[in-house]
Amino acid sequence: MGKIKDVQELEAWRDRLLAAWNPEQPVVRVCSGPGCLAQGADQVAKAFKAAAKKGKFKVAPLIKETGCHGLCSKGTLVNLAPADIFYVRVQPQDVPEIVETSLVKNGVVERLLYRENGKRCRSAADIPFYRLQEKVVLKNVGDIDPLSFEDALAAGAYRSMARALTRMTPDEVIETVRLSGLRGRGGGGFPTGYKWRLAADQTRQNPGPLYIIANGEEGDPGAFMDRAIMEGDPHTVIEGMIIGAYAMGSHQGFLYVRHEYPIALHHLTIAIKQARRHGLLGRNILGTGFSFDLEIHRGAGAYVCGEETAIIASLEGRVGVPVTRPPYPAEHGLWGRPTIINNVETWANVPHIIDKGAEWYAGLGVSHSTGTKIFSLVGKVNNTGLVEVPMGTTLGRLVEEIGGGVPGQARFKAVQTGGPSGGIIPYEFKDISTGDRKLSRGELTSPDMVLETSGFPVEFESFVQAGSILGGGGMIVMDDKDCVVDLARYFLNFLGEESCGKCLPCRLGLKGMLEFLDNFAQGRGDPEDIEVLQSLAQAVMDGSLCGLGRSAPNSVLTSIRYFREEYLAHIQEHRCPAGVCRDLITYRIDQEICDGCGLCLEVCPQNCIAGRKKKPYSIDSKACTRCGSCQDVCPMDAVIVV
Amino acid sequence: MKKARQDIDSILEKYPRHAHHLISLLQDVQEAYGYISPEHLTLVCDHVGAPLTQAWAIISFYKSFSLEPRGEHEIKVCLGTTCHLKGGDRLARMCERDLEVKRGQTTRDQRFSLDTVKCVGACALAPVVMVDDGYLGKANIHSLKERLKKL
Amino acid sequence: MNPKNKPGGLIKFVIDGQKVEAGPGWSILETARHHHIHIPTLCFHPAVTPWGSCRLCVVETRYGKRSQVVASCLTRPVPELEVMTNSERVQNVRRWVLEMLLAECPASREVKDLAAQYGVTSTRFAIKDPNEECLKCGRCVAVCHEVVGVNALTFGSRGVTKQLETPHRVPNNACVGCGCCVSVCPTGALQARLDTVRGDLARRTGHGFAH
Ligand SMILES: Cc1cc2nc3c(=O)[nH]c(=O)nc-3n(C[C@H](O)[C@H](O)[C@H](O)COP(=O)(O)O)c2cc1C
Ligand code: SF4
Ligand code: FES
Ligand code: FES
Repeated sequence: MGKIKDVQELEAWRDRLLAAWNPEQPVVRVCSGPGCLAQGADQVAKAFKAAAKKGKFKVAPLIKETGCHGLCSKGTLVNLAPADIFYVRVQPQDVPEIVETSLVKNGVVERLLYRENGKRCRSAADIPFYRLQEKVVLKNVGDIDPLSFEDALAAGAYRSMARALTRMTPDEVIETVRLSGLRGRGGGGFPTGYKWRLAADQTRQNPGPLYIIANGEEGDPGAFMDRAIMEGDPHTVIEGMIIGAYAMGSHQGFLYVRHEYPIALHHLTIAIKQARRHGLLGRNILGTGFSFDLEIHRGAGAYVCGEETAIIASLEGRVGVPVTRPPYPAEHGLWGRPTIINNVETWANVPHIIDKGAEWYAGLGVSHSTGTKIFSLVGKVNNTGLVEVPMGTTLGRLVEEIGGGVPGQARFKAVQTGGPSGGIIPYEFKDISTGDRKLSRGELTSPDMVLETSGFPVEFESFVQAGSILGGGGMIVMDDKDCVVDLARYFLNFLGEESCGKCLPCRLGLKGMLEFLDNFAQGRGDPEDIEVLQSLAQAVMDGSLCGLGRSAPNSVLTSIRYFREEYLAHIQEHRCPAGVCRDLITYRIDQEICDGCGLCLEVCPQNCIAGRKKKPYSIDSKACTRCGSCQDVCPMDAVIVV
Repeated sequence: MKKARQDIDSILEKYPRHAHHLISLLQDVQEAYGYISPEHLTLVCDHVGAPLTQAWAIISFYKSFSLEPRGEHEIKVCLGTTCHLKGGDRLARMCERDLEVKRGQTTRDQRFSLDTVKCVGACALAPVVMVDDGYLGKANIHSLKERLKKL
Repeated sequence: MNPKNKPGGLIKFVIDGQKVEAGPGWSILETARHHHIHIPTLCFHPAVTPWGSCRLCVVETRYGKRSQVVASCLTRPVPELEVMTNSERVQNVRRWVLEMLLAECPASREVKDLAAQYGVTSTRFAIKDPNEECLKCGRCVAVCHEVVGVNALTFGSRGVTKQLETPHRVPNNACVGCGCCVSVCPTGALQARLDTVRGDLARRTGHGFAH
């Protein structure tokens, strides 16, 4: 089919697709998100496709390679419909058995089911990880084939857009977004409707082009929310942008996507082509007279290019160095014109708001943070992956119930949120949940207040109170084997490398702060140094130009605030309680556990391990440089830190 | 990188002669050749009419550009947050020792380029090392050594 | 973004308790200078667009309940804004910035004198190069681009490794040798390194921007 002439034709097409759908046809959804691909999902899909051609089925199954299903740690994930069976850790060699048992016959391959406390879960809905989520933005991710326009259409794509373009005025769209309470998902949490109104007013005063940009830079290491949306359901982002463009009167938009996401770039490129071919992008969209087009730009590898003014510089073909705001991009942005930048997830929320209404959206979450938020749950947590929950869900629920807690015997220590610019929030903040309590702004005036409510809700204000930020949604779980000094050092180092180097407090201040932490990590320094460090951190926050420098000290400041004893242990007792900081630990081989396999001997670069095969080995701690190689390879976990 | 090299002219012609396209054009050259040579830098600047200084600032600022040819095999050790917590740095140090290069450099025989990257999106498998286009998940010194031996 | 901040017309606000008026488009710094209120600066130069790299000119502003530390050279006042040029937060930034400067360009007389004026005589930061005078303020790059229109020099790299450079780090034949960069340099660093910028004038081929 070529250009769709009007809304009737769009809906007629959708109806035809839905009518042609055979509910009996088996559908195999192979997760092809980054986590599963790394575990060989492409081979699994290939095996299914080959089997689908050969087997003797009543109705031949449909094999779909979909976006991320979320439970990355158990990949490759395979979902069978309509049988509603969810298989985990599927390998290519398991495919014939699955096909035979569950597609040809009606059985279940028990060994490939997810197990929770010894109980097997047949369908995804039985697993707490999925049961406790509420999928709005991710609704179609993992369901549809991201390369198929018809799949997206059947799932409801472009319905909201058609409605906005034909039955709502631009002002009504802005008002709906404003009333929904949607706030930017890129970190700052700025109310989206308000920002759109500013831009629309600006162009009214100063006629001319207005540009909109989707921020898909996602530079936070360990965050892949935007990636999952762009890879798994690219049409939602495009639809959200068309609606926004219509509301603000923009005719040109840009998708700024980091180049490290080749699949996202590929899927978006295809989706834009499809949308253009069918007349959903370009001139006179659906015969409404409204025109809008999109262009993709690849990021070139710089964290600071997630910052608004740096994106604009990059789009203009210049070095991504931030400039001062105001003037805000909404007044003076790309090529001097009003420009609205929203995060990819923010844009992806828009079609759902138009579809179900502002009231429905505002009913999700808590009073000042409405809707849902996607988090990438990583680090020391059992169910590593992507989750979408209503705003206001407690951290405890997120980590312990959905995430399944920390692995092994370790103790859940803290969560680092908000990426490099965020902070470290200790375990105490997220004890047992008191339910998704609604906190009003008045209630949230003192940090102690947050402490008292036991059960720390994930929403914008509470995070700021605790000294962190909600950020893009990266959530890194730490256990007692993770050192906060080390983590703060890691982030400072990251930000120092990523600083554009324009202003002095960021360029040299971050390096200076790192020198303090390097000292601490070596057991040097003075307790008074902590205060000096705090004063320097304050100077960096106050003195820097852009958000990078202004938020960079967060992880250092929060870790001092909540884990001062751990700092003091390094400085005064020359001891790293978590056993991480290399200069403060000694490795020893537990003579009881070591079975003398000799792997450590092979990898030790210092040749400081002695012993004979089949007998326990030992380390000469004087020669040891604590590189950790032996601990890394030991199959018995016999290398311990003392 | 094994793709046939595109002709520089055909890359240039894809873009209108305007400085807005400087970064995109440089990215295409980087992708096709694996690095940006001084000659190509000048050609690109002449094409879009941008000062050489602007292009220089760009290729030295953004991480995805390289000024020198890359090695035959690219080894990228992930040092994203999760991989850092799970010991990614040990792997990077091991590569530095075994290949006798520093991170960000290429071995003298042009066989290997060693890089560290920030999260390849497979945190569930941390620590992760990418060897050319393949992922090595839950890597340890032993499995990485074995993998490198196969190259 | 304040609706009251319309272009044109005088803006009345307060610096250090003193009532002041800003002309159209003036920054806080320009207004302060007009009223003879001293704010230290390094990277600001009236001939070029303010770049805001040295952060020495920071002031604390208060508007309603919101208080912020901003660079005065880049910030436009709004009516009824309250500006403090010497508050505790400002002093904290200034002292640390001066210490950083002592480490960044230890060889510069100008920087040493300036720091001493504010009682900063030593630095806790590591000194990379004792002969360095350049503080990467960006004046020379701006003047070459905005005033001369030649673009002979630029900043290369980023973060701590940021350097004043020419393409490929070889003298640039695009340079016309006008010396504007030397004259705007606040420390004399460019005088010392002019030969790393200026190429062979006779061989100047017109490459670069000056087609
Ligand atoms: C250093 C820095 C890095 C940022 N990185 C990102 C990013 O990777 N993705 C993103 O969406 N926003 C990022 N932001 C926030 C953006 O500047 C901007 O606030 C956001 O895209 C606005 O969209 P929103 O209103 O939808 O949140 C970053 C900000 C700073 C200061
Ligand atoms: S705060 Fe850092 S990243 Fe931001 S402009 Fe200054 S130097 Fe650049
Ligand atoms: S941190 Fe290494 S893959 Fe994400
Ligand atoms: S004078 Fe304002 S930042 Fe340098």
